[in-house]
Amino acid sequence: MPDMVTLPHSSLSGKPQQRQFNPYSENGGTILAISGADFSVIAGDTRQSEGYSIQTRYAPKVFRLTDNAVLAVNGFAADGNMFVKQVRQRLEWYRHAHAKDMPLRAIARLIQTMLYARRFFPYYVYNILGGIEEDGSGAVYSFDPVGSYERESCRAAGAAQSLVQPFLDNQIYFKNQVPRPGHPHPQHLSLETVIQLVIDSFTSATERHIEVGDGLEMFVVLAKGSPLHGLENFDGVQEMTVTNEGERIFVVRRNLKRD
Amino acid sequence: MLTASVYSNPGFDFSNLTRNNFLSEKGLPLPKATSTGTTIVGCVFEDGIILGADTRATEGPIVADKNCEKIHYITESIRCCGAGTAADTEFVTNLISSNMEMHALTHGRKPRVVTAMTMLKQYLFRHQGHVGAALVLGGVDATGPNLFTIAPHGSTDKLPYVTMGSGSLAAMAVFESNWQANMSRAAALQLVKDAISAGIFNDLGSGSNVDACIITVNHTEMLRNVEMPNERVQKERTYVFPKGTTAWKKEDIKKLVLSEEVTPIGVEAMDTD
Repeated sequence: MPDMVTLPHSSLSGKPQQRQFNPYSENGGTILAISGADFSVIAGDTRQSEGYSIQTRYAPKVFRLTDNAVLAVNGFAADGNMFVKQVRQRLEWYRHAHAKDMPLRAIARLIQTMLYARRFFPYYVYNILGGIEEDGSGAVYSFDPVGSYERESCRAAGAAQSLVQPFLDNQIYFKNQVPRPGHPHPQHLSLETVIQLVIDSFTSATERHIEVGDGLEMFVVLAKGSPLHGLENFDGVQEMTVTNEGERIFVVRRNLKRD
Repeated sequence: MLTASVYSNPGFDFSNLTRNNFLSEKGLPLPKATSTGTTIVGCVFEDGIILGADTRATEGPIVADKNCEKIHYITESIRCCGAGTAADTEFVTNLISSNMEMHALTHGRKPRVVTAMTMLKQYLFRHQGHVGAALVLGGVDATGPNLFTIAPHGSTDKLPYVTMGSGSLAAMAVFESNWQANMSRAAALQLVKDAISAGIFNDLGSGSNVDACIITVNHTEMLRNVEMPNERVQKERTYVFPKGTTAWKKEDIKKLVLSEEVTPIGVEAMDTD
């Protein structure tokens, strides 16, 4: 809980008193997104904690914005929820004005301006935006709390970022791996491989980070006309698509260790 | 006349205090010791004492050890659970275990739990809380079953059921709702398992497995990992790198097997007499 602090040496009567209020807190958890040739996977655990206490075992950190955009937010949960709410409102206004969903790169730029608007009282949140670009390619955009952003093909953020990102650098970008002669590294990973890497990232982060666990929520965005890549055989997969524009969204949920 | 003493002053040596303060001001603070967020409990039942502990050791938010042992040996019928700074609980229980053995040898009889409790609290008080050990001490001696908690500053409590560590509230909630006087061995062990499990699942500083220790008049049973509710799930992929994956800059092969040629010079003829 945000706490009131009375600074020492100020209790003497007659002297000026200074009070301090810390409006931020840190709610743990980790988010992660990986893009492929014609798909994008955005995932997050569902534990929300403060200090050594679990506030809830199911608090979503990953949100469907449109049929081609998913936003993951991590850091201070209250700011994250409000930020998503406001982004969604701006996207609704855009739909009313233009009779179509905002393109992914435009959503990324919108998020930048919304974050920078609060430069001196920031949303204490790291954002990762995943989805499909207008050219049909899978994309991931990652942001810092005041709006600096970059398009990447893979990014982890939050409590276990330091555990997961090096693993992703090695397995996605093939860092520190020399290709064997005649066996070059693949240009694009398959959806099946990416989903497996995401699940292993979270089970491993759960093993070694106390703030990660309880549940895994994984969104998969497929480009227009893209095959299901065996996604239909996945345990407990659920389709979240709303429009008939062509892009499709699925969510996969898994249990993580609860200790 | 003042002469330099060849003897060091009695008591603590504070000569490094100024230096250490200066170093931390310059941005070189003292290294942070591993602190184990923990759930440890103890409970009296009809025949003796049951101690319990989780097995997670942490360094900040990182799990340092997934299956460590927090129930330490003091004597055959006295054991001690430790929470707080890992090194301190380890060394303080080792020290008192050693002193208790010496005590038993000099007096020629089984030492009492209060003796261990007194030694521990006096040691902790002498160090003014700088030895960060929060302990649950339990055992059976000539006076019957005894159970204590010892806080890092040296204060002690004697109670029929106790909890300590970051999961102490979760565990105590279980004791407060289900503990009864003169419980059976099976019921008390289940209660201890439930109390530790409450810590494991509800406190982020505690996790992994349940350890328990049942102490009765003439038998001590250490139940290592009585409950393992958090085994790692199977990985989705195998991560085996093919030979030659690691880059190399130069190749240098050293011959480790040495051979030498011996040329005998002026060998005497073998004595065949």
